[in-house]
Amino acid sequence: MKALVCIGHVPDTTSKIKFTNNNTKFDSTDIQYIIGPYEELALTRLLEIGGLHITVVNVGQKETETTLRKALAMGANDAVRVDAEPTDAMFVAKQIAEVFKIGNYDLVVTGKESIDYNGGQVDGMIAGFLDIDSVSGASKFEIINDKAVIEREIDGGREIIEAKFPFVTSAGKGFAHEPKIPNMRGIMMARRKKLKIMPAFEQEQATKTGTFYLPDAKPKCKMVQADNVQELVTLLHEEAKII
Amino acid sequence: MSILIYTENFEGKFKKSTFELASYGNEIAKRTGTEVVAITIGKVSIDALNELGKYGVQKVLVVKNSELNDFSVKAYSVAIEQAAKAVKAEVIIFGNNPSGRAIAPNISVKLNAGLAPGVVDLPSSIKPFTVRKKAYSGKVTVDFVISTDIKVLTLTQNSYKVIESETEISISNFDVNIPAGLYNAKPIKTVMNTGKLSVTDADVLVSGGRGLKGPENWKMVEEMAEILNAATCCSRPVSDLEWRPHHEHVGQTGKVVAPDLYIALGISGAVQHLAGVNGSKVIVAINTDADAPIFEAADYGIIGDVLDVVPKLNTALRQFKGK
Repeated sequence: MKALVCIGHVPDTTSKIKFTNNNTKFDSTDIQYIIGPYEELALTRLLEIGGLHITVVNVGQKETETTLRKALAMGANDAVRVDAEPTDAMFVAKQIAEVFKIGNYDLVVTGKESIDYNGGQVDGMIAGFLDIDSVSGASKFEIINDKAVIEREIDGGREIIEAKFPFVTSAGKGFAHEPKIPNMRGIMMARRKKLKIMPAFEQEQATKTGTFYLPDAKPKCKMVQADNVQELVTLLHEEAKII
Repeated sequence: MSILIYTENFEGKFKKSTFELASYGNEIAKRTGTEVVAITIGKVSIDALNELGKYGVQKVLVVKNSELNDFSVKAYSVAIEQAAKAVKAEVIIFGNNPSGRAIAPNISVKLNAGLAPGVVDLPSSIKPFTVRKKAYSGKVTVDFVISTDIKVLTLTQNSYKVIESETEISISNFDVNIPAGLYNAKPIKTVMNTGKLSVTDADVLVSGGRGLKGPENWKMVEEMAEILNAATCCSRPVSDLEWRPHHEHVGQTGKVVAPDLYIALGISGAVQHLAGVNGSKVIVAINTDADAPIFEAADYGIIGDVLDVVPKLNTALRQFKGK
């Protein structure tokens, strides 16, 4: 069975976010890039299940190859980089759908959302392009014989879904317990694994980002003495008018 | 031309977020000189459907089809796509909840429509169609421009208020054509969290962190939640240590929330946690460490041990609420 795992190349979660060009472009100076935390869980879980041929894929320029190599070091079999600027979600989804068709894969796993644009749309769009079903925000994932059993959170509860291949799913919290950390052998082997570069497929840009806005500085926190909790209740009622 | 909203029902009932959606759609309809059409799938009472008229919905399409008894992204998308075409929808709006987030991208591909996920405000401009959404896990917001003829949005809960706008409403059945057995992913079991308000529905959240020292101390958190009619949630270490279930974890990699009031008990406020809660209207923090970053995000703070302060605060709150 062949699985395609989308790997996001995103700023480290602790990064201080800054912009250039009149706040329209992300400032990548001094930024450490990592595999998206949800994609890391996706790959970890598929490696735990075992017996799968796993290809990691990214739509991006040359600098994303270090991130793909990290995924190979974790244990993916090979990698594909679609050589293009990832202009919007629809464009990225189109590329992955095409890679999926060419490679005859059985499933695609993405992260629940990227931690930069927080779209959470690529999985559903891939499913749309391929005309297959998708299960988003999966919190548990098992493969049992020729089916997958997937748990996902819904409003006020959770749902257990049985999915026949092929399908798309996106990994959320719980998909794997903790991300796998590559060992030295994995890192050495990753250097020799195949990383294929493919040209992009055509897809018109549908959306674009404009100006970014940093949050306004918050007024200073109003402190209340620990032995005067009544004052907090009064402030919440009379000043904040929230209770 | 119309604005189509997907009004999801939960066992035949609508939630407050549905009325936010209707109010939001109504405002866009006013600006573009069109009307708001709602689509709902499954059995909903006439009273519940009529209630949508209170928030500006002019037409409701009720879809009943045995192929839609179980939730399938693919089958639901086909139904909504057919409705969108029938009413010539220019803007299609979903709630930014698990089902909306699942269906919207699919529809967007089928209708070749750009998608703005998780919008937090009305469009600042109709031409070009520009909406504001969060980015970098809530650390910033960004103007997002959709250039296609049809636009798809998902609206973040609690970011737009419910506005009454009594409207004459017409309710009709809408027949959809869905081939049998279209889906390959099928729910086999649903488990609902029992009797408790969910983190994403609550207007007030009481959140516990490592400062509570252990799961045995959660009674005081639950007590405060009960007094304030709030839901309980927690920081990441707490769910990782399995003191609390994972669905209560709020933060960058858990649930991103935007309640009216967020009370952080014994939470230091790592950048990832703050990213998930900074949309809250008012934040209260109680923590022993005066230098904890949570106080930079908070509006009101108490420096002290939650195990001492919370019981006292609960007494004061209970008195205030007359409970």
